[in-house]
Amino acid sequence: MSAQTAVRSDDASVSSTLRHVTVTSKKYPVVFTFMSVVLGLILLAAPREGETKFRFSAESDFFVIPSISVPAMRVAWVCLAILVLATITSWVLYARERRTPLVLGIVFAFAFLAGFLSWGGAGSVSDFPVVRLISASVLLAVPILFGALGGAIGERAGVVNIAIEGQLLASAFVAAVVGSITKNPWAGLVAALVAGALVALVLGAFTITYRVNQVIVGVVLNVLVLGLTSFMYTQVLMKNADQLNRTVRFPSLPIPLISEVPIIGPALFRQSIIVYLMYLAVPLVWFALYRTRWGLRLRAVGEHPLAADTVGIKVERTRYRALLIAGAVVGFGGAYYTLVSVSAFNRNMTAGAGFIALAAVIFGKWDPVRAALAALLFGFASALEGAMSVVGSPVPSQFMLMLPYVVTLFAVAGLVGRSRAPAASGIPYVKE
Amino acid sequence: MSAPEDRPAVPAESPAAEDVARKRTEEPENRWSVAFREIVGGSWGVSVGAVILAIIAGSIMIVATDEGVRAASGYFFGRPGDLLAAAGGAISDAYSALFRGAVWDYRADSFAESIRPLMVSLNYATPLIGSGLGLAVGFRAGLFNIGGQGQMIFAAIGAGWIGFALQLPWPLHMLLAMVVGILAGALWAGIAGLLKALTGAHEVITTIMLNHTAYYLLFFLLATPGLLQAPGSANPKTPAMLESAQMPKLLGSGYHLHLGFLFALAAVVFTWWLMERSKLGLTFRAVGENPHAARVAGIDVSRTTVWVMVVSGALVGLAGVTQVLGTSVTGFSTDVDAGMGFDAITVALLGRSSPLGVLAAAILFGGFRAGGATMQAAEGIPIEIVTVIQSLIVLFIAAPPLVRAILRLPKPGQTPRRKAAQPAKEVAA
Repeated sequence: MSAQTAVRSDDASVSSTLRHVTVTSKKYPVVFTFMSVVLGLILLAAPREGETKFRFSAESDFFVIPSISVPAMRVAWVCLAILVLATITSWVLYARERRTPLVLGIVFAFAFLAGFLSWGGAGSVSDFPVVRLISASVLLAVPILFGALGGAIGERAGVVNIAIEGQLLASAFVAAVVGSITKNPWAGLVAALVAGALVALVLGAFTITYRVNQVIVGVVLNVLVLGLTSFMYTQVLMKNADQLNRTVRFPSLPIPLISEVPIIGPALFRQSIIVYLMYLAVPLVWFALYRTRWGLRLRAVGEHPLAADTVGIKVERTRYRALLIAGAVVGFGGAYYTLVSVSAFNRNMTAGAGFIALAAVIFGKWDPVRAALAALLFGFASALEGAMSVVGSPVPSQFMLMLPYVVTLFAVAGLVGRSRAPAASGIPYVKE
Repeated sequence: MSAPEDRPAVPAESPAAEDVARKRTEEPENRWSVAFREIVGGSWGVSVGAVILAIIAGSIMIVATDEGVRAASGYFFGRPGDLLAAAGGAISDAYSALFRGAVWDYRADSFAESIRPLMVSLNYATPLIGSGLGLAVGFRAGLFNIGGQGQMIFAAIGAGWIGFALQLPWPLHMLLAMVVGILAGALWAGIAGLLKALTGAHEVITTIMLNHTAYYLLFFLLATPGLLQAPGSANPKTPAMLESAQMPKLLGSGYHLHLGFLFALAAVVFTWWLMERSKLGLTFRAVGENPHAARVAGIDVSRTTVWVMVVSGALVGLAGVTQVLGTSVTGFSTDVDAGMGFDAITVALLGRSSPLGVLAAAILFGGFRAGGATMQAAEGIPIEIVTVIQSLIVLFIAAPPLVRAILRLPKPGQTPRRKAAQPAKEVAA
């Protein structure tokens, strides 16, 4: 799936006219073709009977939208037709050296989902819970999203943070312990932020001060935190579970008025405080990185530390500060595990979310907003498994569980490819 | 991720460069004094120092969480001796249990019983040798293969299926299962190599995703009747390997050590030959040292990337094969890799990516695993402490100045130190 680069000179007299260079990517049409073939094969190989019911609201909602019942296979075939049309359009645009517009990609994604879901839910007695799917996507994306934001800040300052997983786990652990002792989720949250920053401090000490390879330190820190938290869990928490490992969770806070908006309201605005903080964090981090002096300096240090140093920016101090803030941001994600999701810590409870966050950073091309969208995509891919099991889909659950990872693999390999990291990311700075 | 050239090659760690630089500058000196300084001030001194520091940190953890110590600390100012005695007792109990479980059981009656822990350690070390070698080959070529778990799982699927589904005479059956398993590991790693070569996707991300994918694939195969699941069983576990596919025990049925250990030793020799004496190894190292220079010299970097991952995956695959055909011959389930894929990272780092170093590190970590199990059983200390000690060892080794500062080891000569700092400078400039 390599990008096709077409170089063409319009005129023989190169000196008089500029050379005309067009770069069109083959990725969109290739991905479209692949996905259309996948859905086509599914529909052909396993045609199903009956209707699919999509449920959009609960009985208790202020506005009740009636459930929609559709003939499953007919809808699926219509969706497939849309997919094929979009694919052809994309190929035609490619042949004319034009890019596929994003809108077409969005239409394609929706059609694919609609087709797949109506096939999956065919003939099921239970309705397909659309609202729950959306709210579960947001919830499952919380740690990934905070992790991705932290990772993006770190890499923008020139430090690759593979230790996101360790930061999530450490802050989940500390949030559980402090939250249980004080019986106050806010104290747990603050402790989680400190824990995330502490892991970042160790990462900084080794990578910035001792200039150890950043990837190695990150990987080893993950193992270290996993070992430490598991040790403490077995040795201390399990023996005093009542005092040390039973937190009071953040309650769900429905926002007045907005929470009554059909579909979106129940899905997005009947969440706990950490989710609302997440909604705020994305624009905040974006603003801080791109519109403040701090962000400009941070990015300068990540792109060209020598130049930044020349104009008087303290490279090492800027990197330390960025890492600590990033660690605290990741700490919010860790707090989600023990203050929102469940009320007790468990061994290795992050289960690789930090690595998906890392992938989201790259998928989002080191931009906080795009990284957040990537995190939501992975959250959605994970939530799909639960929704599909409600309607008893014929796809084995292991394949649905595999989906987020396969999506990441395709995303990183296919759609992103050779994207450009901040130039000095991963390289320690040695002052002359 | 980024274009690979933007980042420093992972294995181009300063200690390795340090060694080279030191050797070059100190050649005219007296050989014996050089050897002494190599041992005390050089990389091996740091390695031993790192192990000592990590064990001290482990002691602190044991003391901090020990019930007896906590009780004694309640009246510390009244009788401080009690606390020290309790702490000392906890530490010595823990580490003597570790020693009993890993090296020599001095409580046993006979020599045959006493030596058993050492054999258990070597048995644990067997898969670590293979996977550590695989990681080391990747490091030398500038690739960070975190996919040990997935590659071991794929090797286990391949070898395991041949192992119970086919009917063949002994050496042939075992060898066929080994070949298929190793090829499966190489294939799974090759996907990551291919993706990197074709699209530039960073191998750290792709191998992690391939780990999870392989895990759920194995889970699916084990949970679906007619595939890998043992017939007539509802558990996600394979049937036992046939006798003709198993690796025979080396020292009789009393010990767990099996033929796989010899295959692992052979892999050490093979990896040494590959990296130091073969043309392919030379291209691997050239790409690892400097991909730009390698490209200028006419090496196809993309193709080399794929080959590095294939070789790396094959070696990790050997680890998966020995697990299935040697250690857990009664069938395996989703935890077949037993965390070895991740331990291999620390093994390769501790062994400084040299085949002999990996062998030593694998035996050390095998000992930690065996001893950790005894420590958990005898003293109730969670086995996770071994993970902590292992990762601390690697952290300390990665930062030689830190270890030297804490233990006050002599610094290697000033000139080589400055030399060692130079490559980083060039990159930053």
